Amino acid sequence: MKKLSLSLIASTIALSVLGLSACGDKAETTGIAPKQFTDALHLVMDSDRAVYTKKVVGRLVKEEKVIKASEHFMDDKALPLPAQMFRFGSEVVAEKTDEFSYSLQSLWPINKQNAPRTEMEKKGLQFIVDNPGQNFYGEEELGGKKYFTAIYADVAVAPVCASCHNDHKDSPRTDFKVGDILGGVVIRVPLG
Amino acid sequence: MNRLSFSLWIFITLLLSGYLAYVLFVSEDKSEFIVGEASHGHYQIEMSCSTCHTSPFGGEEVLQDACLTCHKDELEEANDSHPIKKFTDPRNADRLAKLDATQCVTCHREHQNEQTHPMGVSLPEDFCFECHEDVAENRPSHEGMGFETCASAGCHNYHDNKALYEDFLVKHGDMSSPTKAPHAMKWMIPNRVESYQANPTKLPKVTASVSAPSSQDNKEIIDIEAHWAASSHAEVGVACIDCHARENDTWQDKPSLNMCADCHQDKWDQFTQSHHGMRLSDKLTSPLTPMTPNQARLPFNSEALMTAVTCQSCHSAHEQDLNFAATDACLTCHADEHSTNFKNSKHFTTSLTPEGTAPDEAVSMTCASCHMPRYEEEGVTRVMHNPNHNLRPNEKMLRSVCMDCHSLAFSIDALADKPLIKRNFVGKPAAHINSIDMAVKRTQK
Repeated sequence: MKKLSLSLIASTIALSVLGLSACGDKAETTGIAPKQFTDALHLVMDSDRAVYTKKVVGRLVKEEKVIKASEHFMDDKALPLPAQMFRFGSEVVAEKTDEFSYSLQSLWPINKQNAPRTEMEKKGLQFIVDNPGQNFYGEEELGGKKYFTAIYADVAVAPVCASCHNDHKDSPRTDFKVGDILGGVVIRVPLG
Repeated sequence: MNRLSFSLWIFITLLLSGYLAYVLFVSEDKSEFIVGEASHGHYQIEMSCSTCHTSPFGGEEVLQDACLTCHKDELEEANDSHPIKKFTDPRNADRLAKLDATQCVTCHREHQNEQTHPMGVSLPEDFCFECHEDVAENRPSHEGMGFETCASAGCHNYHDNKALYEDFLVKHGDMSSPTKAPHAMKWMIPNRVESYQANPTKLPKVTASVSAPSSQDNKEIIDIEAHWAASSHAEVGVACIDCHARENDTWQDKPSLNMCADCHQDKWDQFTQSHHGMRLSDKLTSPLTPMTPNQARLPFNSEALMTAVTCQSCHSAHEQDLNFAATDACLTCHADEHSTNFKNSKHFTTSLTPEGTAPDEAVSMTCASCHMPRYEEEGVTRVMHNPNHNLRPNEKMLRSVCMDCHSLAFSIDALADKPLIKRNFVGKPAAHINSIDMAVKRTQK
């Protein structure tokens, strides 16, 4: 009798544990997929930067000619470059959350620290150049953690983009045109 | 026999733990627990253990937060070249595995002064190699340079490169001296007396029912009143009770230092960031007494060894003498080679008429000219009361001080010459530093 009640209790506990864990799984599947997440993030980043590039930098620097845009905007009392505005955003994000991270990279970087470093970055940056109009998605493991990595083409949307990259003394290429791919936005979401 | 040795053992254990517990929790002097000599930057506050070791539990974030409590602002101001936010991206995971650049203590480990390099760096001096191994690929001019030379004077700093970044070197690369002498040379701080006289409510004055002791027949008080009457305090209406009866409506012959801080908050904040006043900082969790030269690691005049370093060390409480504060106050205590050589140097002997002074008001430079430079803040000229702010690495002086009178190239050469600094710039720089030449060369290809 004692053995029976003991086994009954044991099996009840086992079943309820299983049941609860299944409940846990169910909650996760109602979230959004990483691809949807990164696509949405990229859309926001891109739009914000495009607005800054066209309505602030393009207008005030090229059209109105009232201010310059410079890498050393503090010392030169100038506007930050759109790429810097983008990077500063990613730095603020990095300080506030680790649920995603993003960076700007290129196969022809001005600052060599922004060249692709992981295998996935190299593969992805090449992919978006070879397949215009398409994004690159993959998974990689860095520092013992798994990430969903998405790479989006970064295009020269305004004449200032191409001309500045062409003229910069550290730029490996001098033949960019409006509409060319300058590099890629790399967004990472930790998995699991 | 067993019982005896057992009780003896227990007794000794209790005695020892009782003593150590007393030192840890009760005693002010916890030097028993200091594992190694503290670095030059922190030795003054080493007795305030809980300022850095804020919690006995917790991981790296405990120490990291402690570092940032005091040093965060100056890192931001320096436009840190290697800020933590540069390394948090997962793509840097492999680099962090070699050298965790997100933690200050990776490179600045305390309590091992015997193996600590200048600026508190406790790594081998070629640590740049870990991430910049391939520097010669993009900078062929660096081919063959040893990695222990990256942080040489006039080349690169890990944190503050505001005067050393390529475009700056190129922009200021010509050999001409500046023709203007802007803010660093402003001797007379634009007197803000009028603005305070116009807005008396800006001053946190006190209403108290006590009044100052009478000066009748007391020579000391007569002198004090005369000094005060000639000072800016009198001009704006800061009277005796505003300092001496600030607390509890009672007269205090010696008001605490916080009285100065009430009005001169920015100067207090800067003073307590410096080696002069760090023991008095509000950021310390356990308060310490003011610093005295006998506890310091630099050479000092023997007569001044027991002088407490407070606002009064340089500024008498009643007599306003900024000339004294700017040079002789320093030389009252400091007796290192650079200080004792100051009055031999051209910096002191040259008569100058900077912008805003008439020819008959010619002045000479003071210790404060370089070590407590003027800066502009919201249209007001202020004096930097943290002499360590631009001291190490000394390239920090380039923009705040040197370049007001000298060319960048000359200044870089001078700051790189340690014996020249000891002589207080008597003579010419011994060697030429190539930084500007290398940067200019890259623009010409």
